[in-house]
Amino acid sequence: MTKGIDKLVQRPISRRTALIGLVGTAGALSMPWIARAQAETIRIGFPTPLTGPFAAEANDQVRSAQLAVKLANDKGGIAGRKVELLVRDDKLNAGEAATRTLELIEKDKVHAVVGALSSAVQLAVNEVTRARNMIYVSISQSDTINEIKDFSPYTFHEALNPTMTTAVVARHSFQKGSKVAYLVADYAYGHEMLTGFKRAAEVIGAETVGEILHPFGAADYSTFIPTILSLNPDILCICNFGRDQANSIKQAVDFGVKDMMKIVVPVILHNQRLAVDPEVFEGVVGGANYYWGLEETVPSAKAFNDVFRAEYKGAIPTDYGAYGYTGVASLLMAIEKAGGTEPQKVIEAMEALKYDVAKGEQFYRKCDHQSVQSVLVLESKAKSDMKSDADLFKIVANEPASESILRSCSELGFKS
Amino acid sequence: MTVQLIAMQLFSGLALGAILIMVALGLSIIFGMLGIVNFAHGALFMVGAYAGLYVAGLTGSFWWALVLAPVLIGLFGMLIERFLIRPLYGRSPDDPLLLTFGLGYVLVEAVRILFGTDGIPFSTPAALRGVVNLGIGFFPLYRLFVIGVVLAVLLLLWLGLERTKFGLIVRAGSADPLIMRVLGVDISKLWLVVFGIGVGITALGGVLAAPMRNVSPEMGTLVLAEAFVVTVIGGMGSLAGAVIAGLIVGVAVSMTSLFAPEMATIVMFALMALILLVRPNGLYGRAAPGL
Repeated sequence: MTKGIDKLVQRPISRRTALIGLVGTAGALSMPWIARAQAETIRIGFPTPLTGPFAAEANDQVRSAQLAVKLANDKGGIAGRKVELLVRDDKLNAGEAATRTLELIEKDKVHAVVGALSSAVQLAVNEVTRARNMIYVSISQSDTINEIKDFSPYTFHEALNPTMTTAVVARHSFQKGSKVAYLVADYAYGHEMLTGFKRAAEVIGAETVGEILHPFGAADYSTFIPTILSLNPDILCICNFGRDQANSIKQAVDFGVKDMMKIVVPVILHNQRLAVDPEVFEGVVGGANYYWGLEETVPSAKAFNDVFRAEYKGAIPTDYGAYGYTGVASLLMAIEKAGGTEPQKVIEAMEALKYDVAKGEQFYRKCDHQSVQSVLVLESKAKSDMKSDADLFKIVANEPASESILRSCSELGFKS
Repeated sequence: MTVQLIAMQLFSGLALGAILIMVALGLSIIFGMLGIVNFAHGALFMVGAYAGLYVAGLTGSFWWALVLAPVLIGLFGMLIERFLIRPLYGRSPDDPLLLTFGLGYVLVEAVRILFGTDGIPFSTPAALRGVVNLGIGFFPLYRLFVIGVVLAVLLLLWLGLERTKFGLIVRAGSADPLIMRVLGVDISKLWLVVFGIGVGITALGGVLAAPMRNVSPEMGTLVLAEAFVVTVIGGMGSLAGAVIAGLIVGVAVSMTSLFAPEMATIVMFALMALILLVRPNGLYGRAAPGL
């Protein structure tokens, strides 16, 4: 990639190019707005963990982001300019992500950054973009990024956050008097989800009977299960991500846990469901930002699926993949409205934007730049109910976008 | 906290211990007999699981996978010994270590290319699904089956090493290879077979783990760490040590899960550090040859 750019810079100017340039300049004098428009491609940096345990989700993000860019270019670009996506592997490592982001900004001269897929990595990218007044659209769950201490006026949070996810999931799976036990991955993601669920449980009147923290990336969950069974809950709420989700649910099911209680997760992952047999996840309930089955009720989801299928040989977009699309698409819409990439104007346009590109109406809340959007609650289907290999989940609920499920601006530390 | 819960936790710990023994056995055999620290152990474990997946896909039977995958990967192990490790005998012990370390990376990448980076389902065989009432609580039938297989493998290994002529030669060869050569025994053939058996058992561990841990290219990463902990605590190269250490680690993890679950992984390493302080060669270890 960088080699390509060097080539661009070092290429000697041919006579023809010079001539075109001359004509262009002459034209530019008479039509200054077009000259500016044709001057520079809009470059969007996209750091994401292409290798490692979240690779499946990351590759989906890239495909969706590239689709958003392609669609923009097909209709003639944004504000008359071509758009280019510069994808970089952050290896799910905060230091690597910071370095790659810095390179994207300083060397590749990107106009905005979208990406990162883990709360810690995302906060590292946010540090870099904040210090350099660079627009950043983050596309992975985090509550911290909304809070004033990590806030950057240049950052917009396209992903759901744990507070809104758990509020909606709990509403559709907990009941007054439910006894809930938690099995939680011992790192930021797990802790934030646990906090969210407990807050929601309190409102609903569900009772917490136990919290068990498990080490991140644990291979064996058998030793946690006797404790879970002895707590005798109605609901086992498993707050972990990626392979931990598939492994912990698989092993809990082996112990017969599902016969005794319901399993609820904050985010039910398309790719992890595919990593086990349907019987393992059958009946498990969890939240999601996107599921392709939305196409039956949401026109923009149908349109998104259709272009995705056309572009990728019939494949369907996944949950985390869709973030790549909605994140890039909303950014490009704002750049279009702002008439260019001047950061302050883009910020104003993002704050004023109402967009519906894949899942119904969304907008960025002014105080913390959180994307207010619908939250899905999904239930994993039994094998016998699946109409195709991709027919994984039943949509239990599609809660429309509402600020009421977010923490208030003042709660996050913003002055109203 | 009831007596029943503690009893159940203890049992889970012993059961986990059996799985850890399975995971560590291949590493322990290869080190004990050949003095090679096999850093590709975790990757071979993972390759075993994928081989199991492949065989099960072809034959439609878990049982064929359980038998054929370890044999195939064992043969693959013999190729590794013959063409990659054998040229390094007699050189610094670091050389095979570095070689197997790199080999581990190559195998993981190869699997990513062949089977993709996503996890792949591996069903528990129908006959082994369900739970068994132990009186103190319920336990998955499959895990009880794994314990049974581990006991069978240990018994076979013990009989093979202690009661056969082959075992006698292997033990003599690991004690003093030079004398064995002087006596006219072709040591290189012996080591080829031992390495193959070690890798085969590692692959068996992978196949057995697949229905519990799911199959993914990274499934061997933690396995390597677990196997080292068990092998080091037991004493590098001691079979009895690996068995005792596996059980101790299993129970330690299980009891920690009860009282401080977030420490369940770290406790293994803390235990290893503690035991190394008291017994630098591990519980049953002799001073390691060549290290």
